[in-house]
Amino acid sequence: MRLHGRSLMAFVLTPTAPIVDWLTELKKWSATSPAFFAGRPIILDLAAVDLTEPQIGELIAGLGDRGIRVMALEGTKADQLSPSLPPVLKRERPAAGSETALASSSGKRPPAAKPPRRQEPSSLLIESPIRSGQSVIFPNGDVTVLGSVASGAEVVAGGSIHVYGTLRGRAMAGSMGNARARIFCNKNEAELVSIDGYYRTAEEMDANLRSRPAQCWLENRVLAIAALD
Amino acid sequence: MAKVLVVTSGKGGVGKTTSTAALGAALAQAGQKVAVVDFDVGLRNLDLVMGAERRVVFDLVNVIQGVAKLSQALIRDKRLETLWLLPASQTRDKDALTEDGVAGVIKELQGKFDWIICDSPAGIERGATLAMRFADAAVIVTNPEVSSVRDSDRIIGLLDSKTEKAEKGQRIDKHVLITRYDAQRAARGEMLNIEDVLDILSTPLLGIIPESEEVLRASNLGSPVTLNNAASAAARAYVDAARRLKGDDVPMSIPSDRKGLLDKLFGRRAA
Repeated sequence: MRLHGRSLMAFVLTPTAPIVDWLTELKKWSATSPAFFAGRPIILDLAAVDLTEPQIGELIAGLGDRGIRVMALEGTKADQLSPSLPPVLKRERPAAGSETALASSSGKRPPAAKPPRRQEPSSLLIESPIRSGQSVIFPNGDVTVLGSVASGAEVVAGGSIHVYGTLRGRAMAGSMGNARARIFCNKNEAELVSIDGYYRTAEEMDANLRSRPAQCWLENRVLAIAALD
Repeated sequence: MAKVLVVTSGKGGVGKTTSTAALGAALAQAGQKVAVVDFDVGLRNLDLVMGAERRVVFDLVNVIQGVAKLSQALIRDKRLETLWLLPASQTRDKDALTEDGVAGVIKELQGKFDWIICDSPAGIERGATLAMRFADAAVIVTNPEVSSVRDSDRIIGLLDSKTEKAEKGQRIDKHVLITRYDAQRAARGEMLNIEDVLDILSTPLLGIIPESEEVLRASNLGSPVTLNNAASAAARAYVDAARRLKGDDVPMSIPSDRKGLLDKLFGRRAA
């Protein structure tokens, strides 16, 4: 038998009270991007709401009906919940660095003779175009793409995203909770841009921001887009 | 060494089979020894387009399963001495193809031919991935419209990751072949123009095949268009594309069937 450590990136959904309003909001979201959550690992953060166990079960079932499958819970106490619910992650909620938190919680021992202050690579350079259907996920920092990002492709970065070609697909920056992340592209034809979970679809973009260099950033929790030329 | 070429697209109905037949015939007309292999198990068409449907006895699946020898399954073209067809099975499905089996067949063909042209089925599933698996080069057939271009982009991503060469860290030569191009409609903005397609795919252009009724006519007659009507614009475009595949430097042009009144009268009578 073999046990592996695995680190992965999950999206965290944080319901807020009143839960009915939050669900309506979520419904509106999924109507505009129906496949957004499909097949993605989702963690449900219950810190902002006060729910009983049956209510949590109901919420998870309700999310399941919308195609959102909850992999784990957090922000609630494990000893109150029955085993039929998803497991509770044993950590408080750090905004960044959950990559390492996940890895260490999976029981992998850190190497003993670790050189002091080894710098993790904090950027990823991609020299080829990103093709439709491909997905580049880099939670550790910035992603720079020299070519284009095709329609139907996606780039997910913990930091900022720089596209020197045309951005036709999706770009999601600051995915680990970095509101200062930005997205830059040489030509904006994006299907969706998102920073720290705040997103905007092509339909919601000003037409005169299309087909030109642009940058996106977060301003008071609103995704701003401006031309760069 | 034989070159293994896959003709692929992702989307169906863009002209993979027609292009396989036309490029295969054009290369054979130039004296190359060519085998065209139909990978569309269950939905075979290449035999029809090549006019060999009445001569199929054994097929690719039979060879893979050891029921027949490769030499029994290969069908020689009646018009071109150096053009051969390895048909697909119509009664099986794509699961009958195995990676080892395909590898064996390709290897055996490499010893006998200059070019092995694999006609990929549409889609990105088993048939398509096995058709491209052992390729040295790929022709990506694309129509100048958005869905075809996006599917082609997806296929190029697979060519760069799922082929044997890509897994060894090598690159396979990729060429875009734009088919069913109508210059007038592109000028009116009803079709993507060539620059847009190449910008999206960022892959070199092999040729532009104009929309032409000659292509359909040739398919229905069971003859590659380069054989059926060598003077037609589509045939000339395919011949140019085949020469570029061989490495010749042929200036890119969009052939057209521009006809005068006399030509039209004559053309109609001849047809």
